[in-house]
Amino acid sequence: MAAASLSLSGVTKVYGRTGTETHALGPIDLTIEPGTFVSVVGPSGCGKSTLLRLVAGLEPASDGRIERDGAPLTGPSREVGIVFQDHVLFPWASILENVLLPAEVLGLPKAPARARALHLLEMTGLKDFAGARPQMLSGGMKQRAAFCRALLADPKMLLLDEPFGALDALTREELSLELSRLWQELGRTALLITHDIEEAILLGDRVIIMSARPGRIRADIPVDLARPRDVRTAQHPRFIEIKQQVRDLIFARPND
Amino acid sequence: MARTPRPAMADRLTTPIIYLVLLVAWEACTRYFRVPGWVLPMPSAIATTAWEWAPELASNTLVTMRETLVGFVLALVLSVPLAVVIAFAPVARRILYPILLGLQSIPKVALAPLVILWLGIGEWPKVVIVVLVCFFPILVNVVAGLEAAPRNMLDLMRSLTATQLSIFLRLRLLVALPPLFPGCKVAITFAVIGSVIGEFVAAQDGLGYLILTSTAQSQTPLAFAALLVLTVLSVVLFYAIEAVERRVVTWTP
Repeated sequence: MAAASLSLSGVTKVYGRTGTETHALGPIDLTIEPGTFVSVVGPSGCGKSTLLRLVAGLEPASDGRIERDGAPLTGPSREVGIVFQDHVLFPWASILENVLLPAEVLGLPKAPARARALHLLEMTGLKDFAGARPQMLSGGMKQRAAFCRALLADPKMLLLDEPFGALDALTREELSLELSRLWQELGRTALLITHDIEEAILLGDRVIIMSARPGRIRADIPVDLARPRDVRTAQHPRFIEIKQQVRDLIFARPND
Repeated sequence: MARTPRPAMADRLTTPIIYLVLLVAWEACTRYFRVPGWVLPMPSAIATTAWEWAPELASNTLVTMRETLVGFVLALVLSVPLAVVIAFAPVARRILYPILLGLQSIPKVALAPLVILWLGIGEWPKVVIVVLVCFFPILVNVVAGLEAAPRNMLDLMRSLTATQLSIFLRLRLLVALPPLFPGCKVAITFAVIGSVIGEFVAAQDGLGYLILTSTAQSQTPLAFAALLVLTVLSVVLFYAIEAVERRVVTWTP
């Protein structure tokens, strides 16, 4: 079992050509300890998804340094598993084939990969749907399958880009609690991008609050709530207190 | 329960019944107005002629079908790799697309005499004309399909450190499959027309040749019979491609 650490220093992202450029993000300084769960919340358009794309290596930073386990980031890595807002399952492949995609692409040994895929599908209650096509599944089930796929190659870090954003409220809550349990079992480093404050607190060890464009870190709040967390955690006085604090920070004017 | 099959049966019968009514009306009108057979033959006369000329119709159908299918398959084999090159090499796109577009814009009827001049009056010039009319709809659809891979799926593949080849084989080709078939369906109907164009210019056999010679000799019923076979051939080939499509594209894109 291994979890990755992450550190960003002076990271910025600028889109477009000189003269008409948009300053989307940063400068951002952030350090994430191995095995911690960090939630990032902020208004839409604050560059939080850009932040994830930079950390994922899908886009280069315009300036600054990003290091994973002390080594500078050069691009996407097999040590990182990503769950996107959309499930991004291939409609022509079965659920099992979709979950096995990382093994196919990375050329991992077939039998152990298959066993792990089936194990993950069982853990997420999808075993009976292994042979089904994605269009047969509900939104929540598809997103569970996307989680299985992200976990297949046993990544050291999970990047979650509003993974429950496209789901209805009930499924959201159910899945986020499931993710909380799953994460505790696995003990991997996780970075969650979300616009849902409760979700951010329920899942995170820390909640990072970002300001509107250009996205900067406005506050970094530790969540000192006991684990395992469940539905009742949301009623805990401390939870409500943190929630109020986060809300105040999000809606505060920059000069306050 | 006993009532439910009835509307379905009625739906199924609508088309044949309408066709039958039209046929009867045709027969009745030609009889009533005494239209000369060499202008517009009666359906019954066409049927009798078709029966009498069945061996000739069959052998000529075989020729036209062979030209059509060989040309279509060749067009498919040529246009798919060409589409890949155009989709992934901007230079190739800049050089090839104007040429292909120009070639597509030339009326194939105007090109057919030249092709016959260069290749003679056998089956190959017809195959070449079929390729010329077929490749464009296939090519355009495949190029569009290869470029249609959604950004989030490309991000997923890139996040898995997939090579360009792996992205092509596991993602782009499969995204391009559903648009390939509409292109093929358009192409196959063009293909039948293409072989007839070739046969009209110069040929020794084929359904187009049969239509040309029989109208020249005022054997209009035979021309109609050949025309009918040609239509059936085109429709059958269209549905054959649709059947392949249903077996291959089993997902909703």
